[in-house]
Order: sequence, then structure tokens, then C-alpha cells
Amino acid sequence: MSWIDIGALDDIPLRGARVVKTPLGCVALFRTDEAEVYAISNRCPHKGGPLSDGIVHGKKVTCPLHNWVFSLETGEAQGADEGRVDTYTVRVEEGRLLMNAIALGKRSAA
Amino acid sequence: MTEKLVIIGAGMASGRVIEHLLEAAPDAYDITLFNAEPRGNYNRIMLSPVLSGEKTYAEIVTHSDEWYAANGVQTRFGQKITAIDRAAKTVTSDTGEVVAYDKLVFGTGSNPFIIPLPGHDLDGVIAYRDLEDTERMMGMQAGNKVVVIGGGLLGLEAAAGMAARGAEVTVVHIMGHLMERQLDEAAGYLLKKSLEAKGITVRLQANSKEIAGADGKVRALVLDDGTELPCDLLVMAVGIRPNTALAAASGLAVGKGIHVDDQMLTSDENIYAVGECVEHNGALFGLVAPLYDQAKVLAQSLLGQEAAFVQKSLSTKLKVTGCDLFSAGDFAESKTREDIVFRDPARGVYKRLVLEDNKLVGAVMYGDTADGNWFFGLIKDGTDVAEMRETLIFGPAYQGGAAADPLSAVAALPREAEICGCNGICKGTIVDAITGGATDLPSLRATTKASASCGTCTGLVEQLLAVTLGDDYAAPQAQPMCACTDHTHEDVRRLIKAKELKSQPAVWQELGWKTPNGCHSCRPAVNFYLLADWPVEYQDDPQSRFVNERKHANIQKDGTFSVVPRMWGGLTNPRELRAIADAAEKYDAKTVKVTGGQRIDLLGIKGEDLPAIWADLNKAGLVSGHAYSKGLRTVKTCVGTDHCRFGTQDSTGLGVKLEQTLWGSWTPHKVKLAVSGCPRNCAEATCKDVGIVCVDSGYQIGVGGAAGMDLKETQRLADVATEEEAMELTVAFIQLYREHAKYLDRPYKWLAKVGLDWVRERIVDNADVRRALVERFELSQTIYRKDPWAEHAKEKAKDYQPLADLTLEAAE
Repeated sequence: MSWIDIGALDDIPLRGARVVKTPLGCVALFRTDEAEVYAISNRCPHKGGPLSDGIVHGKKVTCPLHNWVFSLETGEAQGADEGRVDTYTVRVEEGRLLMNAIALGKRSAA
Repeated sequence: MTEKLVIIGAGMASGRVIEHLLEAAPDAYDITLFNAEPRGNYNRIMLSPVLSGEKTYAEIVTHSDEWYAANGVQTRFGQKITAIDRAAKTVTSDTGEVVAYDKLVFGTGSNPFIIPLPGHDLDGVIAYRDLEDTERMMGMQAGNKVVVIGGGLLGLEAAAGMAARGAEVTVVHIMGHLMERQLDEAAGYLLKKSLEAKGITVRLQANSKEIAGADGKVRALVLDDGTELPCDLLVMAVGIRPNTALAAASGLAVGKGIHVDDQMLTSDENIYAVGECVEHNGALFGLVAPLYDQAKVLAQSLLGQEAAFVQKSLSTKLKVTGCDLFSAGDFAESKTREDIVFRDPARGVYKRLVLEDNKLVGAVMYGDTADGNWFFGLIKDGTDVAEMRETLIFGPAYQGGAAADPLSAVAALPREAEICGCNGICKGTIVDAITGGATDLPSLRATTKASASCGTCTGLVEQLLAVTLGDDYAAPQAQPMCACTDHTHEDVRRLIKAKELKSQPAVWQELGWKTPNGCHSCRPAVNFYLLADWPVEYQDDPQSRFVNERKHANIQKDGTFSVVPRMWGGLTNPRELRAIADAAEKYDAKTVKVTGGQRIDLLGIKGEDLPAIWADLNKAGLVSGHAYSKGLRTVKTCVGTDHCRFGTQDSTGLGVKLEQTLWGSWTPHKVKLAVSGCPRNCAEATCKDVGIVCVDSGYQIGVGGAAGMDLKETQRLADVATEEEAMELTVAFIQLYREHAKYLDRPYKWLAKVGLDWVRERIVDNADVRRALVERFELSQTIYRKDPWAEHAKEKAKDYQPLADLTLEAAE
């Protein structure tokens, strides 16, 4: 795997989110705990809502448009709603956020 | 043949190495031990009990001079190694002594990290590392002021030790809760509460700016908000850095620490390292358990035995009397994990277990840590906990046998167990009352008083009803706030006031939330209740707000936003209109629309452009219209006596004054006002939350109107003669609504619950209550009456941008 530095952990507020633009579309990074970050596709499969604008609770996020709730761990919609979003791996190392360049659609990390 | 072993540093890890060597093969090595400190090995982690006076230094010495002599260890205490000749295999000390070695061990430990703040070199600024530091702190007593920077393990032990000696101690911590690496917010909140009960002041999210001195001595710590914390001693306990200078100078491979392999061997085949100075697989070590593991492996390696150091889960306990805290395992990122949370507010107990693949991977406990080691055992052994999952959190006492019902924990309580702490009601009394016919909560409260006071034991009492009555028990009618709690909105509001809960973790813990940090439904409500009741003490949490209130714009169906600048009382001018027109073009507004609230809406603005469009609008004097908020929206007016031939009062002027007083305030739901200049009511004041109709004799104030999901005409609150009275009544009404209504109830819904007479009694009939309400509103407005757009454009603009843009590089 080829890991690239996306930014600083502290650039994401606790229980907040930030977006990374990639050739495959926007990926949303969610900080669920002091040193815990998850990444999923930013686009809600229901009506395309920006998940990074949702409220983060536990290890879940609620879409701001129609309150669909997604697990940040599996990307699965919760409750009665059916659907899922792609998940991505994020590593937190010494306050930096690292993601796999290949999974994000970049050929080279150089 | 006996080989020569030289050890640099007499610490806990190297001390343990010597013990293992002497035990396994006393004649294998001639050992020479150098130590820069003028003493041998003592139990450094017991410095905190020495500081608090619970132990003496003599009691924590692990190896005395006699011990070294008896075991043939040559000691060179107070001598620092200055050079190593790896080719000749010798070390040279600062006294000039040269000692040859066959094998060399680095046990150089770590240095405390000193933040390079201005003034860090003043006398009275110390770290917490060795006996000298401890002795300095032991000199602090009643009358002394101390500041400790760092709310981690060491900092808190230092603070508690000095507080126990009578000193006035303040802990300054940069993060949002204490010990954030070991604890979650709820446990951090309980810890803060216990420390505060010991008289320690805790300041969270506090950034240090500089250390002020007088005559070369520390005088105060200055925070970046300008606060000065006077102190006689300043202790920095913000972390440690491996001491690698000598290893680096000797040409060994060094990263953050001295690189070692699984056998503790450095990049030189004759040199090993152990303890806090090493880096193994990218990790550093500060707790004692892994250091002892390393020492064992190193001793075996030195004796030619096969051994490998493996990093394991760690557990932590805080050595502060009265703060019962336990943390073990891993809370860091990992997919497919679940939490089990247990809270007992009455006893101040919090437990959280983290599960992954039916195995326990982490545990945090506060208040009752008796089962800590049992949980730690499950973590270390990787035990499959699927079978005992339901009752796992209750500990080993509830395991074994068939899978048990969680209710069995309540069923298993003895008859004497106290359920309701406020009224001293035990389980037996409650069960007897239930079997005697009190089969629901109200009748049980009436007969036993159980859960009738503070109400936090309501959940337990209901479980007793369920256990005792079985299928006959009908769950209560009152709707809980959400699945995170059994409390209703009304209960939560009441308890926040009664128990003086001033933070979200305090609410979650004291009211027994079932989730770690709420959900999208309860978090915005709790955030509002807290800021409405404690405007000064509580800090608004943007992450507990719906996106519109977090980004101060209205999200649209395509993810873009709408931007509505405020037009006071519906008035504008050519300069503002030009600025709005320019902004609409520059930021490519898809639609420009006049709203029902007498202002202009720019739709289709990209989220990334929000700070820039706000900055442009600010330049023309335009501020946020809060068209997105559960707060004051608009005050709609007609032109009144300025122009209208029917106008009876200055309705526009009153509207502007009201809007300038009320803007920026948060309310349970949106609030819309209007002022009409005559009974023709062109401003449609009779369907607003507060609507004022001007008449010749003064002002008719109506409340509780709406023209949304429900159509409601206002009810007359009062008729007053002057503009001042109209202002005062309006403000008092809105403050009463802010303090009492359920989140997302518009005033008409709230009025239907409390009744207009209840409101009149307070704000029309009682001038004292009315004035107090106005004062509390004004206090809150000192914080919230400001333009969030200006603040965000200036300070938070980068939060609106992508964290990274990988599409740009890919295009190259």
C-alpha cells in the first residue's frame, strides 16, 4: 500500500468531519474520538446528501438531508433504511492522517 | 569466561535486567553501572505517593548501596558517560574514567518535555521526573499557589499530591477532557469532578501563552485568552522524550528513540537498549509493564537464550486516593467495534467496554474498578465473550450458567440494596409496594417516594416493576427524549437546572445516557438546554448542531447553501443592495429570491465559498440573517408613522429596535416577530410568535401565533402604553420560552402545555420576575449577540475548505 499524508488530526474537530476531494469523488473523514478517524464516501445513496455535513454520534453519522444514519465502520445504512457507502482506511500516526493513495484513485503517491 | 557488561543508567528497566541476570547466571557478567543521578535505582512510579506523603523515599528505593555491593555490581553514581568508542569497545565518563565492555546496555531513559514558552527557564519552573522535582513540590503547602500544565497521568498525580499538602493547585490542560489518551469524555468528566472535590481547579481547552516572572522567579502563567494564573511553582507534565543524545552521537540508529529489534539489540551487535529510551516497531514506552517485559527479554538475549519482545495491551490506574479509575486496551481506530456502556449516576460509576469480533479490546472504568483486572485478563487472553455478552459489563459475578437476562442484574440485588438514594428507599420496600398494588411509576412514587426526588433512579425502579410484575407491567406513557435515555425532554431540562449540569458529558453521565455521546436527535436539544441555562459557563458545541446552524447557512437539496443577510426590520438601502447584487454575481447564485421575512435570499452558493461571500457582505455592513437558526429570524414591519397615512406608532422603529435586541439569540425553535403600525395589520403580526399591533393608545402584544404546519392566531398577552414596556414584555416572554420550552416546540405548542395564565403571572403581573428574565436574557446576549459570519470568515474559513484535494495532483 502507498500511504499519503492527508492532513493533521487536529484539522478535524472532535465529532466533526472534513472532506478530501479525490478522482473518485469526495471522501468524508470523521473524527469520532480523540485519536479515532473513519473515512467513507461523502455521498448519501438516498438523495446524494453530503454526509460530512451530518451530526456525528458514536461511530455513526446522520445525513443532513433526510436523517439516514450510516455506520462509519461498515458504511451500512442503519435501521429501516437500506443502502451502503464505500469505506476507506485511515491511519492516525503522530497526529497526522494517512490514507491509501491507490484506494483513493491515485496512481502514484510521489 | 566472564564478560564485561556496562550499563548506562540506573532506572527501573535496567534495574530489572540486573535482577534477571543475577538470578539466572550470577557469574556470566562483570557488571558496571553508570548513573548520571547521584543514586541508584528507585521505584520512580512511586514518586507520587512520596509527594502526597503516603510513602517516604526510603520506602521506594529498590536497590540500596548494600544490595549492589553484595551482588558484585560496580557502581559509578553521579558519573555521566560522555563518549563511546564502539571500535575499541570502551566508554568514557565525565570524570575521565575509561571502562571497557564486551556488551553495552543503554538505559538512558527519557527527558521530560519542556514547552519552550517565554519564561520557561525562570526559577520555579520544573518538570515532574525525579526525586529533586518531587522534593521541590513537597515544599508547597497551605498559602502556596501552584500551576500544573498537563492533565495526563503524571500531571494529575503531581496536582493531587500538592493539593493534599494544602497548596492551591490549578491544572491547565489543552484538550477537552483529562487523560484523553486513556479515558473517554464521560470518565474524564467524573475524574474532573473528583479532583475539583479535592479543591483542585481544572481548566480545560486552555492554551498557555507565556510564563511571567519577577526577579528571575516564576510569578504567573498567562493563557492565550489573557487570564493570569498566579503561582509560586509551575510544573510542566506534558510528556517525555526518549533520551537518545548519547546513542545518536555514538552513531547508533536512532529515530524517536533508539531503534531496537525484538531482542532489544541496537544497530551495533554488542549494544542493547531497554526502557523509555527505545523505539520498537515505531512505538515508544512510558508505562512500567512493557519495560519489565523488555528487561526480561534483554536479560535472556544477553545470556544467549531465545526471546522476543512483543507489544501487548496496557492498563493504567491513576495513583490518586479517592479517584478510582481504570483504563486498559485499545480505543484507537479499528473497524467493526461496538460499545457497551453502563452508568450508575447515583454512585458516580461509569463503565465502557469496547468489543471487536466477540472479543474485548478495551475497557474504561470510573468509580468502581473492582472488575478491572478481570476485564484486562479478557483483553490479554483474547477470550471469546459472545456467550456472556449480555451481562459482561456486570463483571465476573454474573457469568457462568445459561445466558442471563440483563434484568437479572436487578433481580439479583439483595432486598437491602438501596435503589433511591435521595429518599433512602431499598429494593425490599419497593418490591413490597409493587406486590401490594402499586403497579406503575406514579403510584409507586406516591407510596414509597422512590424516584420521586431527583429522578435519576427512575430506570432502576422501572426495571424492578418489570422484574416483579413480569408481563403484567405496562411501560410508562411519557415519551423518552430518544433511544439514548429514558428521561423525557422535560425531565432533562429540569435535571440540568436542579443538578447544575453544565456540560454534555455531565448530562450523559449524571442522567445515565445509554450511548457514549448521544445521537443526532438528543445532542442538539441538550446543547440548547445547556447554553440556555448556563450561558456563561457552557460553551456552545458546533458539532452538536444541525449543519445549518454549524455552517450558518441553509443546506439545499443539492448540498449547496442559501445565504440571507439581515435587513433590520425589513429596511435596506442602495449600498446594501449593490453589495448583494455583486455577491450574487461573483458567487454565481442560481436564484435570487425575496423572502416572506422581508429580505433577500441568495440560493445555490457552494459551501466552500461561504466565508468569502460573508466577508464581502460584511464589508457593506451586512450581517447574518440567521435564516437557518432555531433562534430569532426576522421582525417584519410596515412603514408606520414614517409614511403611512393610517400609521399610529413608529412600527418600523420598534421592529428595528426589537431585532437589534434579540438577534443572535438561540431559542427552542425558530422565532418570528412582526410589528404592524395600525389594526390593518400589513405586517401580518397576528400569526407570529410575538406580534405587536400598534393602536392610538399604545401597543397590543400577542403571542403564540404561527403560519406553518399549524395556523394559529396570536393570543393577547397584554396591552401597554409605551415602546419601552412593549420591548420589556417581548424580551421577558422570549426568555421565559428559552428557559422552559421543550426543544423544537414553537411558542404556541409550549403555551398549550403551560397555559397563557402561567405566562401572564410571571411576566405581566410580576415586575420582579419580568426584570430578572430580561437581565438573564441580556447576560446571555453578551455572548451570543454578534455576527457569526464575521467570526467564521475571519477565524474558521479553512474549515469550509476540503482537507486535501487529490484531484489537482492527479491531473498533472
